[in-house]
Order: sequence, then C-alpha cells, then structure tokens
Amino acid sequence: MIPFFAYVTLFLFLPSAYVMVGAFKDQHGGYTLSNVADLVSTPNIRHAYRLSIEISLVTAIAGALFGVLVAYAAIREGSPRWLRSAFTTFSGVAANFGGVPLAFAFIATLGNLGIVTQFLYNVFGIDIYANGFSLFTKTGVELAYLYFQIPLMFLIIAPAIDGLRTEWREASANLGGSSFQYWRHIGLPVLFPSLLGAVILLFGNAFAAYATAYGLTSALNIVPLLIGADLRGNVYFNPHEGQALAFGMFAVLAGMMLLYLPLQRRASRWAR
Amino acid sequence: MEDFQEQEYEFLRRLEEEKVGRRSLLKKGAAAGVGLTVLSLSPAALAAKKKATADPPTIGRLAKLSDIVAAAKKEGKINTIALPPDWANYGEIMATFSKKYGISLTNDNPNGSSAEENAAIAALKGDPRAPDVVDVNPTFAGDGANAGLYSKYYTTNFRKVPRAMKDGRGFWVGDYWGAVSIGVSKSIVKNVPKTFADLLKPEYKGKVALNGSPLTSGSGRAGVFAAAISNGGSLSNVAPGIDWFVKLKSVGNWVPVPATPATVASGQTPIVIDWDYLNLAYGKEFPAAQWVTNIPADGVYGAHYAQAVNATAPHPWAARLWQEFLYSDQGQLLFLKGFSHPALFTDMVARKVVPNALIKALPAANLYAKVKFASPKQGNDAKVVIKDQWPAKMGS
Repeated sequence: MIPFFAYVTLFLFLPSAYVMVGAFKDQHGGYTLSNVADLVSTPNIRHAYRLSIEISLVTAIAGALFGVLVAYAAIREGSPRWLRSAFTTFSGVAANFGGVPLAFAFIATLGNLGIVTQFLYNVFGIDIYANGFSLFTKTGVELAYLYFQIPLMFLIIAPAIDGLRTEWREASANLGGSSFQYWRHIGLPVLFPSLLGAVILLFGNAFAAYATAYGLTSALNIVPLLIGADLRGNVYFNPHEGQALAFGMFAVLAGMMLLYLPLQRRASRWAR
Repeated sequence: MEDFQEQEYEFLRRLEEEKVGRRSLLKKGAAAGVGLTVLSLSPAALAAKKKATADPPTIGRLAKLSDIVAAAKKEGKINTIALPPDWANYGEIMATFSKKYGISLTNDNPNGSSAEENAAIAALKGDPRAPDVVDVNPTFAGDGANAGLYSKYYTTNFRKVPRAMKDGRGFWVGDYWGAVSIGVSKSIVKNVPKTFADLLKPEYKGKVALNGSPLTSGSGRAGVFAAAISNGGSLSNVAPGIDWFVKLKSVGNWVPVPATPATVASGQTPIVIDWDYLNLAYGKEFPAAQWVTNIPADGVYGAHYAQAVNATAPHPWAARLWQEFLYSDQGQLLFLKGFSHPALFTDMVARKVVPNALIKALPAANLYAKVKFASPKQGNDAKVVIKDQWPAKMGS
C-alpha cells in the first residue's frame, strides 16, 4: 500500500493542492478571491466552460454509444476471434493517438486541402467546405476527439460485455423473451453501471484534452486552451488565472461525480 | 566620445539603483560628480579591480576578450534555453559557438516561451542546470529586468545597437529583429497576395493562417499589430487588427490551424502571416512549395528579441562569451543567414562586411523602411485588448 499512497500523494494530491492554493493567490503572492470570481464574471471564460462542457458531453456520449456497438459486434458469441484481437490492438493504439499528430492527421485528410476533401471534390464534385463543413470548428474538434474516444470506450467496456453470459440470453429466449426484452431487462441493466463510469471517464478525457484542439484550431475558446495561454506565455503570463481555471475544471468534474455516484448506486442496486 | 557614453550608462544605472529623483539629484550634483569621477578612473584600473575580485565583467569593452574566453573555457559549459534550432538559424549559431570555443552547450526546452525562460531563471536559482542566457521578447525582458533576474552586461558592441533595441541600464540588448510578412506557396496559390487588403479576396478561401493564436504566440500577436496598422489602427490601437481577422474569418479565408513546418510542407496552410525570417526559412527548406515571402506594404510591423544574462548564472563567464559571440560580426552574420535582421545590421552594411548573397536573400530594404516597433507599454496594452476581444470574436 505504501508505494500506492506515495504515488498518489506525489502525483495527485500535492499537484492538486498546489493548483487549489494557487487559484487563490495574486501575482504578488497575497491571497485573493478575484481569480475565482473572474471565472463567473468574465463572459469569455463562461463561454469557454460552456463550450468545453458541450464538446466533452457530445464526444463522451457519442463515443460511448459507438464504442459499445463496436465492442458488442466484435466480441459477442459468433464473431470470429481474430476480429476481437484486431480491434483490441487497434484500439490500444488509437486510444492513445492524440495531440498534434492526430490534429495533423485530420488536417491532412479532412482539411481544406486534405486528401479526402480533394477526393470528394474531384471524384464526386462535392465540396464539403462549401456545404458548411469545416474541420476547424467545434464540429471538427468533436470529430477528432471521437477518433480516440471510441477506441477508449471499446477498451474499457469490452470486459463488461464479456460479463454478459450466453446462458442469460438463452434463458431469456427459452422463456419467450424477445431481443428487445432481453436488452431492456437484462443486458442494459447489467451493463449500465459500467456504461455510466465509462461516460464519466470519456468526459474527463475530452474535457482535459489540449494539444489536439490547439493543433486543429488555435482560436477555439475552450478552457484548456485558455489555461495554455496563461501558462505558455509568449504573450501573457498569469499562472494564477490558469490555476483558477483549473480549479473551475475540478469543480465541473466534482459536479459530474456528484451526479454519477447516486446514479451508479441506483443502477447497481441489483448487484447487492 | 565612447567614455562619455559609458559614463552615461553608469550614471543611468546609479540613478535606477538609488531611485533618486531628478530634483534631488540636482541637489546632490556634487556628490554624483564625485561618483562619476571615481567610475571614470582609467579603464585599466577598473579592469584590474574586476580581476582582483574575479567577478565576471559588467562592461565587455573594458575586459579582455582573451580573459573572458579563458575563464569561459575553464567553466567548459553553457546552458541556453528555448532556442529552436530552426528559428533565426539558432541551430548553426549554437553549433558554431560550441565548436569555436570548445564549450559544451545544453539547450533546454527548445520550443519554450519567454515566460518559461524567466520562470526557469527564478525556479532554478543555484542549480547548475539553470539557463545562463535567455532570448526573450522585449516585454518579458522588461519584466525580468525589473524582477532582478538579469545581470547587467554591456557587450563590446553595445553602443552600436540602435537605441530603440536596448536597455539603458544594461540588463538586456536586442539581438535580432524581424518584420511581419506574408508567405505564400506558389505551387498552390497562383496569384500571390502581397498586402493585407489582398488577403480578403475570395480566391484565398480557406488558405490564410497565422503562426499561432495571438493569445499564446508572439508572432500571432504581431500579425494582429500589422493588420491593425494596415486598417486604420496603430501601435496603440490594435482593435482594428482584431476586426480585420474577424473579417478574414467571415469571408471564409481564415484557417485557424497554427502554421508549422509540417503544415507548410504539406500545403495545408498555403498562405501564412508570420515573421519574415520564418517565412524565408520555409522557402529554403521546402523548395517544392515554391514559398515566396512578401512584406505587406500596408502594414509593416517589426519586433526584436532581447538577450540577457542570468543574474545567478552557473557559468557567468561563458554567458558573457556567448553575448560577445552573438554581437561579433560572425554571430550577427549567422543571424542574417537565418533571414533575421541582426541588431548591428546597419553598422555592418556601413562597414561593408555583409556578403551580397545574404543581402539578396532578403526582401528589398526599402520595404522595411516603414517598419514600426511597439514599445513595451504598447505591447502590454495590446495584450489586454487581444485577451479581451480575441476569444469572444474569433473563438466560437
């Protein structure tokens, strides 16, 4: 246990405490509430939180949905074994593919002059950019996030899907249950606690992502980019505002947990 | 003449240190006079005194270069920070310095920012890995000087550096400057845009990028300054520059991807508003892109970077030798080879020590004639406006 506590203290508690304390300090080292008050009173910052939460929710829910469908298709009874190992390996790689390389991969395929964009235009005469699509907007960032959200969902939900025993399905069928009834009364309730946990994890994953968004569109007003502007500082340097923004992110995640815990308790009632 | 200037610098330095107001100084005229007399004792005596205490010198011209070289070689190492090898030819500059003097050079965090450089000095105080020298933008140079992070050092050629590019107190000296330019890939864009007005034309849809967000990148902020100058704004009024970018976005020409060598080489950012030395370097590095660089006649904005020596440098002599090297003809020509204008450019042109080939590689000199530099105050004011307006107007 000691290595675990040492690890958690050094890499989780101490840095978080440092950020929390820093959020209440000013540039001269005195204590102040103004950084945190700015979170609420500055329209730019409010807008950034709204946009960040929206992007994280959309990609967490869409990622979870597609991830579950893919995982179920790949590992249910009757799917060939190689399919599962192929998906697992690919997901292991894709879930960790992010940041500037991912942004660049998307720019090179779906950017203004990306090969897919050009292909669609040259072969089918479809100019996706003239039809309102742009990789450099919120939609583009969500698309890029899904590239790692879906595989991550696959990896974390696969063990839970393994837990769905064939016997249950057979028992349900023997008693005259339809496929819909099986999922409504057996499959989903069993999976639900894991699904909820996975959505929270995906939310956090997208909420904190920085480099992918910066690489795609440096102008998007989301919280990690604002923190980056405060800390990277070729222009500004205001670490305490950055720490206050991070404090606000803690608060959002804490709020998510407050929603999650009662739901989780309710959803896993049957397990007790 | 030169002694007079040295005295002036010393005088300003004392003024700063003692925080003496002009009025009280007049009263103390006699005393100050005595002080200056002491300081203007023969240079040899002063040098001898410095040597006796074995402190590294403050005034390069009064020290013997061979002494600095010897002491620096004895230290054997120098730490630099945040010098990207492909930026202003720093790769070659570092290698040349290291080879010439046999001093091993460690360049930490090559893509770091000015703020990180100052932070590293403060955080690594007393640590042998602390940066000995920094290359920061002028607003951060001013902050660092006021926070006591830098040591005063007047390089031998200090007096030849244009006045607007140096700190009278000797805490920092401008090393090179560049102007905002428009780089264009001729292999993708047939009709090369040359001004900010051109960039709004419909033929450049989805093609115009900046080096980075003006919130994080000094080059991005420079783009806003230049756009402001070209659209009825000024160095003290950058809002029209932001509005110009809003217009660029609304006509669909703006690509918010931060331009990098990768996006330039692959043609994803066919038009880039960036420092001239970076755009010109792209031209050399990626011949296939047929990259051409123009200085927009409607908005000529320039900025310099500044060298400073860490006040608690682990290798103080090597730090001073680095300064002497950068401000030597050899060091300055290496900057020029990286397409930036070195601080002593005018002086070197006058002395005819600049090879013609290097001059020809730059856009014509008359394009730079109108160049404007922001003062640290204008720079700081612009940050506030950009921080306030950019995310709201550009970041939906």
